[in-house]
This record gives sequence, C-alpha cells and structure tokens, in this order.
Amino acid sequence: MTDQRPLLEVTDLVKHYAVRGGVLRRRVGTVHAVDGVSFSVAKGETLGLVGESGCGKSTVARSVLRLVEPSSGAIKLNGTDITGLSKAEMRPHRRSMQIVFQDPFASLNPRMTAGDIVGEPLGVHGLATGRAQQERVAELFGQVGLRADQMKNYPHQFSGGQRQRICIARALALGPSLIVCDEPVSALDVSIQAQVINLLIDLQRKNDFSYLFIAHDLAVVAHISHRVAVMYLGRIVEIADKTELFANPRHPYTQALLASVPVADPKAKKLAPMIDGDVPSPINPPSGCAFHTRCRYVMDRCKVERPTLVKAGGQHEVACWLNDGTGRAENS
Amino acid sequence: MSEARKDDTILDVKNLQTVFFTNSGLFRAVDDVSFNVRRGETLAIVGESGCGKSVTALSVMRLVPDPPGRVVGGTVTLEGTDLLSLDEAEMRKIRGNRMSMIFQEPMTSLNPVMRIGDQITEVLRLHQEMTSREAWAKAVEMLRLVRIPEPDRRAQEYPHQLSGGMRQRAMIAMALACRPALLIADEPTTALDVTIQAQILALIVDLQKTLGTGLILITHDLGVVAQTAQRVIVMYAGKKVEEAAVEDLFENPKHPYTRGLMASMPAVISFGAKTDARLNEIPGMVPSLTNLPPGCAFAPRCSLAIDRCRAEYPPLQEVDGDHFAACWRAAELVGAP
Ligand SMILES: Nc1ncnc2c1ncn2[C@@H]1O[C@H](COP(=O)(O)OP(=O)(O)OP(=O)(O)O)[C@@H](O)[C@H]1O
Ligand SMILES: Nc1ncnc2c1ncn2[C@@H]1O[C@H](COP(=O)(O)OP(=O)(O)O)[C@@H](O)[C@H]1O
Ligand code: SF4
Ligand code: SF4
Ligand SMILES: [Mg+2]
Ligand SMILES: [Mg+2]
Repeated sequence: MTDQRPLLEVTDLVKHYAVRGGVLRRRVGTVHAVDGVSFSVAKGETLGLVGESGCGKSTVARSVLRLVEPSSGAIKLNGTDITGLSKAEMRPHRRSMQIVFQDPFASLNPRMTAGDIVGEPLGVHGLATGRAQQERVAELFGQVGLRADQMKNYPHQFSGGQRQRICIARALALGPSLIVCDEPVSALDVSIQAQVINLLIDLQRKNDFSYLFIAHDLAVVAHISHRVAVMYLGRIVEIADKTELFANPRHPYTQALLASVPVADPKAKKLAPMIDGDVPSPINPPSGCAFHTRCRYVMDRCKVERPTLVKAGGQHEVACWLNDGTGRAENS
Repeated sequence: MSEARKDDTILDVKNLQTVFFTNSGLFRAVDDVSFNVRRGETLAIVGESGCGKSVTALSVMRLVPDPPGRVVGGTVTLEGTDLLSLDEAEMRKIRGNRMSMIFQEPMTSLNPVMRIGDQITEVLRLHQEMTSREAWAKAVEMLRLVRIPEPDRRAQEYPHQLSGGMRQRAMIAMALACRPALLIADEPTTALDVTIQAQILALIVDLQKTLGTGLILITHDLGVVAQTAQRVIVMYAGKKVEEAAVEDLFENPKHPYTRGLMASMPAVISFGAKTDARLNEIPGMVPSLTNLPPGCAFAPRCSLAIDRCRAEYPPLQEVDGDHFAACWRAAELVGAP
C-alpha cells in the first residue's frame, strides 16, 4: 500500500438493465443494478464490498472485469481506462485481472482435469506449454495446498474447498495484480471457509496483489479486508478503513447491518431487528436517499434529495444527510 | 434427566439410526442419535454439511425417502405417541398438525399455483373442523401473526408475488396454523439476507414463546445458535458428539470439533484484531460417510488425537452436569477455545 497511484480506480460506474414486458418486449422499466459507484483499490490492498443480495456487488465485479459492459463510467487499471478497449486491446489487461466465483463447481469444466484447468490460461496466453506448463501447474498446486498428483483428477473428485483451491490456482496462473473474489467462501462449510480465507491472506502476503473481495458475510469481510465499502441498492453508502467502519459506523444502514449479525455469544443476546421490511426493488428505487423507506432517522429532505458520499473525518466517507455536518443535531 | 424435565418433554428421540443404501454401499447418515425437546424450548442442531442434521429432522417427520433411505433403529416419541409404529395415514394426521417443518427454501413447501390464503386454509381444514370461511379468516390471522403487512391482500396473492423474507413468513404461518407442539426449522434463514434473518429469527423465537411450541432449529451458524437456543447438539459424521445447555457449550466446549468450529469462525467483533490475521483452521475435510475411519471419526483432523482415538470410538459421556461429549480427552479440555 505504498504505491501512490491506485491499481484500480472506478469512477461513476453505472450499469442499467432494461426490463422488457408484453408481447412486443417493449422496455417497461430499468433495473438500476449499479447507480454511480466510485472507489479505488491500492496495490496490495483488499477492498471489501458488502451489502444485501441484489444490491449490485456482482455487477460491480463483472463490470470491473468487463464481463458486462458498463452503461457509463470509467474503470482505470494502472492508470489506463479500460472501458473503451477492444478485445485485442483488452488482452494484456486480462492477464492482470482474475476472478474467483462463489460456486467452485459451476465455474470448473467437469470434463477437464484439474491440472488442465489450471494450465489452460498459461497456454492461451502463450506463457508455457508442455513440460514447462506442467511444472508451473505443479508449483501452483503446491501454493494453494493441493498435491501435484491431484492434477490428473477431475473436479467431481474434489471437495468444495478443494475445488475453490483449484479456482484460486487458476486465477494465480497468470500472475495477476488484481483478483476479484465474488463470494468465494459463501458456499463452504465454516471449517473449510477458514482454510480458504487463510490461503487468500497468505497468497496476498507473498505476491502483493490486490483483492476486490465481495461477500454478504460481514464477519468474513471484516476479517480479510483493509478497507470496506457498504452498498445499498446500487450505490456505495459508506466506505472507510475496516477498523474505523466497524468501530464507528456512520450510515444508518451500516449500523443496522452490523446490529443484525447474530453474535456467537449467548450472553450477548440482542436479537432485535434494526430495520423492518425488505430491500425495495432496484427497478424503481426510492427517490432521494434510497434507504429512506427503511431508515429510522428519515427526514423530509431524505425523500427528495440524494445524499452523496462526503468525507466524515479522515478517509471515512458517508452518504447520509445526518453526516453532512448539518443534519445530525436536528435528529438526535 | 430430572423428573421436571421429563414431564415437559414433547419429543423424545432415542438411539435413532437412519441408513442409506447407495451405489457406493450402505452408510449411516444418522448413527445412534438421542435427544429430547421440551415445551417452549429451542434445541439447536449444528454441524457441517452432510453430518446428518436434515436426515435427523426428516427421520422425526418420517419423511426420509425410501428407497434409498430407511430408519432402521431407535424410537421417536411425540407427545407420548411412538411415531415409528404409525402407518402413513396416521402420520398425515400428525404432520402439519402436531408437528411441522419449515425449510431453507420456502418454495419446497409452498405450492406455486395456489394462493397463500388457500394453502393455509387447506392445512387448517385437513386437521380441524372448520368452514372454509372460518379457515380463511384464520389464515389471514396467521399472516398477521407473522407480521405480513396487509394480510388480507397478501392472502390472495401467489408465492411468486412475495419477497423471499415474506415467503418464509408465509411458510411459518402455514406451519404454525394448527398450533403444533413441535416445529422443526431446517436452516430457515440461511438463504436470507442478514437484516431479514434478524427479523425472521426474532419472529420465530417470539411466536414460539407465545405459543409454547418446542423448536428444533437446524443451522450451521453458531451465531444463530447463541442467539436462539437453550440446548445444543453438535453432530459430526452422523453422530452426536456433544450436547449441552447453550451457555455451557460456548463457555466450556468439550469436544475438539466444537472447539475447532468456534475458533475458525471470523467474528465481526474482532475489529481490533490485526488486519488480515490468519484464522484458526480445522485441517483436512469432513470424511465421507461411506468410508469412515475406525475409532473417532474426527481423529484424522484432530490435533489431540492419540492412538486410542484411532482404535476405539469414544462413547458419549456426561463430562459435566448435563453436558455430554464423545471424546476420550474431553475432561482435559477446559474453558473457551
Ligand atoms: N436421498 C438421499 N440419498 C442418498 N444419500 C442421502 C440422501 N439424503 C441425504 N443423504 C446423505 O446423508 C448424509 C446426511 O445428510 P443431511 O442432508 O442430513 O446433511 P445435513 O447435515 O443436513 O447437511 P447440510 O448442512 O448440507 O444441509 C449425507 O452424506 C447425505 O449425502
Ligand atoms: N443480466 C441481468 N439482467 C437484468 N437484471 C440483472 C442482470 N444481472 C443483474 N441484474 C439485477 O441487478 C441487480 C444487482 O445484481 P447483482 O449485482 O447480481 O447483485 P449482488 O451481487 O449484490 O447480489 C439485481 O436486481 C439483479 O436482479
Ligand atoms: S439520508 Fe436520511 S434516509 Fe438516508 S440514511 Fe441518512 S437519515 Fe436515513
Ligand atoms: S476422541 Fe480423540 S480424536 Fe476424537 S475428538 Fe477426542 S481427542 Fe480428538
Ligand atoms: Mg452476487
Ligand atoms: Mg441439511
């Protein structure tokens, strides 16, 4: 985290999907999957992205990797805006960005051996073939805690945690500078989760790459991240240093999220739900502050004016009218 | 077990054995598991994927798919009735009436082409003498009880018109409509967001208190256990390896597997913890039930394993007042992990 220029810089990212209906498949609405998101990730840093399902986390991840085309906004990797690049121009950048998905089974070809799966990107990018490739793959297997003799096995012969290790080995093959992890441990058992989290931490220490780490499990994100961004309905509502965010959450939504996590201590009973109702539909998100329909501090202004992220001391940024320096007193 | 405890018992499961006959051979999904549930009590069953939590629940409900599975031993007694001796027609009078089950995915119990109100009405009329009018009114009342806004309108809607959290509420309304003595909830909030999970758990605990229902809550989340249960059983590879009151379990876990689970959990409260500190991990993976090692099934992953562990299965023993563990070295383990 010494490099001045961020490795990844996302500015005003927007991704809208058309909702079509009727026999003519006319556009009847718009899903605001991501609605103006900006953040950066430094070299060697882990930025955690949390929020409830459907809030746009995966869409951010896919846009960063250009697996989906953003509707607007800029994505800079090492200072180069990659949003407008052609397939050929993208190629060198593809090497630097890799992804690890939630479902390690769905993302592995069942008819390829584990060794071929991990070696494939090396061949595609012409980095190693034949014997050299085998050696490099064996080395990658070692790095993720698999045995070289397991290279000839097929995905179904591995457990969930081991399959996630294969995915991680494949992501490592090209020596990326950024690995996007989209719910990488959500499908795993607790004891296996810990193994994979430890592996991700160890690999980062060794290789100094950055993670954009997406999870809905706050404890997992709290554990692995350096900084954390909280998303709600397509927008980042709060972003701060991990320690600062969890010790001093400013946004009412972040506060509610934290209070909803069941604490593994029977003496700390506090099963009081902090917010009622469900997340509104991203098809017609509420006006003003999108959280106003569930916020216990809602003011008139919140319903019409959209708060933007503003500094709330140091690197802590919050998008809430209570935190713009004028609202807090009125409310508490 | 004290007399008072016995009197209140709704469900008593003794030495339950459920096996599956598969291509790779016979295996015991539930192996000699005993527990009981009292009126108004929550018993949590925890353990990792495949350890036999759901099969235990299905065995109690007599819903194990046969073939390939079968309950081959033990007794299941609900309010004095031996369930394993009943035929299917008699069981149908009990399911949904004296005991109900809710699942992780509400759509497994909701009919997608039937209005929510009609589904609850159907359950009510199956078990109770009621006109359809009365049943509909009761259905709406149940939806109100589970805090679905505008219950009159929602009763007329189909499951797909409800959000995930709302569907889970509707399923709870249906499960509780006949005021069962026992509710089994199998990972009821695992698919839900954490803010919705908090709402649903609070609702279940609240209703259970009001109605005096006994609850079996199946979960892999120790946070959920701590916040809801009075008693806990921990399962590993088809066996009960530990049972205790919730406070005792968290303060003084006696089985190395339970201790390992607790230690490997990242906690939100560990903010103070150094950024990117490693977690304690349990090495290796859950064994396959068709290929269990002799002796203690946890031995290959256990840092305390001694020769005896690999040779002899440790019997479940009372290691403290009302605290049971199946481990040769349980007595040496004191305090939180
Ligand atoms: N219909 C079936 N046919 C064959 N095996 C089965 C069947 N149902 C369950 N099993 C096996 O029985 C064992 C126990 O399964 P069970 O569903 O009870 O696990 P669980 O503890 O509920 O796990 P999870 O946390 O994944 O829900 C597993 O090995 C599982 O594969
Ligand atoms: N291909 C798509 N077409 C239409 N809507 C989509 C598509 N992908 C995602 N969405 C919608 O965009 C929103 C954000 O989705 P996603 O990024 O997957 O959320 P998360 O990963 O936070 O759960 C959701 O409402 C989702 O239904
Ligand atoms: S802007 Fe208003 S509605 Fe939004 S979180 Fe802040 S107080 Fe609540
Ligand atoms: S019996 Fe032995 S191997 Fe099994 S949990 Fe106890 S110490 Fe570990
Ligand atoms: Mg997602
Ligand atoms: Mg299950």
